[in-house]
Amino acid sequence: MNFMKGTFKNPSCPQKRASSALLFLGSRLRGNDGKWVFRNILKMVFAATLSIATVVGAADPDAAIKSSFKAKNQAGLERLERSPMQAACSGPVGMTLPQAEAGKIQSAALAAVKFPADGKFLGNWEAGEKIAQTGTGMQYSDDPANPNGGNCYACHQLAPKEIAYGNLGPSLTGYGKQRGQSAEMLKYTWTRLWNSHAYNACSHMPRFGDAGILTEQQLKDVMALLFDPASPVNQ
Amino acid sequence: MNWKPALAVVAMVISLPLLAQNDDNIFAQYRAMFGDDNPAELVEMQGEELWKTARGPRHVALTACDLGLGAGVVAGAYARLPRYFQDADRVQDLEARLAYCMVKLQGFKPEEAVAKPYSEQGQPATDMEALAAWIAGQSRGVPVAVPQTHPKEKAAFELGRQLFNYRAGPYDFSCATCHSQSDRRIRLQALPNLTAAKGARSAFATWPGYRISQGAVRTMQWRVGDCVRQQRFPQLVFTSDAAIALITYMGVLAAGEPMAAPGLKR
Repeated sequence: MNFMKGTFKNPSCPQKRASSALLFLGSRLRGNDGKWVFRNILKMVFAATLSIATVVGAADPDAAIKSSFKAKNQAGLERLERSPMQAACSGPVGMTLPQAEAGKIQSAALAAVKFPADGKFLGNWEAGEKIAQTGTGMQYSDDPANPNGGNCYACHQLAPKEIAYGNLGPSLTGYGKQRGQSAEMLKYTWTRLWNSHAYNACSHMPRFGDAGILTEQQLKDVMALLFDPASPVNQ
Repeated sequence: MNWKPALAVVAMVISLPLLAQNDDNIFAQYRAMFGDDNPAELVEMQGEELWKTARGPRHVALTACDLGLGAGVVAGAYARLPRYFQDADRVQDLEARLAYCMVKLQGFKPEEAVAKPYSEQGQPATDMEALAAWIAGQSRGVPVAVPQTHPKEKAAFELGRQLFNYRAGPYDFSCATCHSQSDRRIRLQALPNLTAAKGARSAFATWPGYRISQGAVRTMQWRVGDCVRQQRFPQLVFTSDAAIALITYMGVLAAGEPMAAPGLKR
């Protein structure tokens, strides 16, 4: 299996660049005194690799990851291969992407959003509340025969009567009541649920539609939880 | 052990709705109800017994095992792990070191030493859990001092830092998704900010811990592995390089915190 292809494509990867340049140099210099030069070039490559390794602390997440995980149930090793967005958003805490890179991620996310085939954005808020309360789905410990949850309450406040809500994301209490149900607002919210990276390149929120976590019907039900005037979120 | 923990649980269940309304940090109150009683003490005693018992094909005790401070020295050793061990040519945390000693000293097969590190629900503590509970307890009050002198120790820290931020899987989660901001919670469970000294210190110093909801002592390897499960990643291999790197990263950031393990967990 070819791991983390994307990271090696990253032109800012110093290890790859340094060694390939020196190897290139080595092949050019191997003329009269080929053996000697090449041996020295090899030494240089080795030294360069070592010095880079010292600078970055010899950290190679790709190699370590390859030997440190095993596939279990529905969680295969392919889950560790990062998309360009995931690789770009794996920087140190507090880092910001260059504007151009962020823009590229956002427009790619926006372009791939699938809106409901029948044009109807709102399902059943009661089903949506159940999805928002359910935290299981896609873990190797979960039965893939059961529908995935959305686990919205893990990070967001929604219905005010539910006191066990997290605060990694903003409060969504009163979401529809405050915003109304204009076509723009429905499309915007659907897009946020489908792939939040359309508006925030390194959003922490899972791509519920894009990554196939929730079905179209489940997304409609969560939309109803947010927008339906009868939903507890809007009481 | 006495009846206090059970009574505390009953009291907790009765008062839960009230507490939840008054205080976000109900788990802190829940833990406080246990007072000085930690059911892990029982497991610690098993661990001490196990350390001193001749076992394995060679029928020897682990008392010759070098946890970093010399053969058989247990007091204060946990606060200085993970660290580089010359004989293994590898950075090892306590659990990796114990598995190593079980193989090298007691003659267990490598796969036997790591076959079943964690107990199932309702099952007694595994050898690894018992040994980890006792050995960690022998560092109570000792300030965390995970070394960063050997190049491989520095490399483990750097790898841990990179893995901490490594976003992957269908949910795009990294460790940092949940553990890089202060004063955040999932549902009502407070999330330590492991990138800041305060969060890293209190988290690192209290594992292994007695997990009340599971009725079991859980180790640091278990803790990291269970986070990875919830990240929707494949299974983190017990004592793998990635696991040890993440533990090293947290341990270095936790420098100076007096060890308080086994802790009491939700």
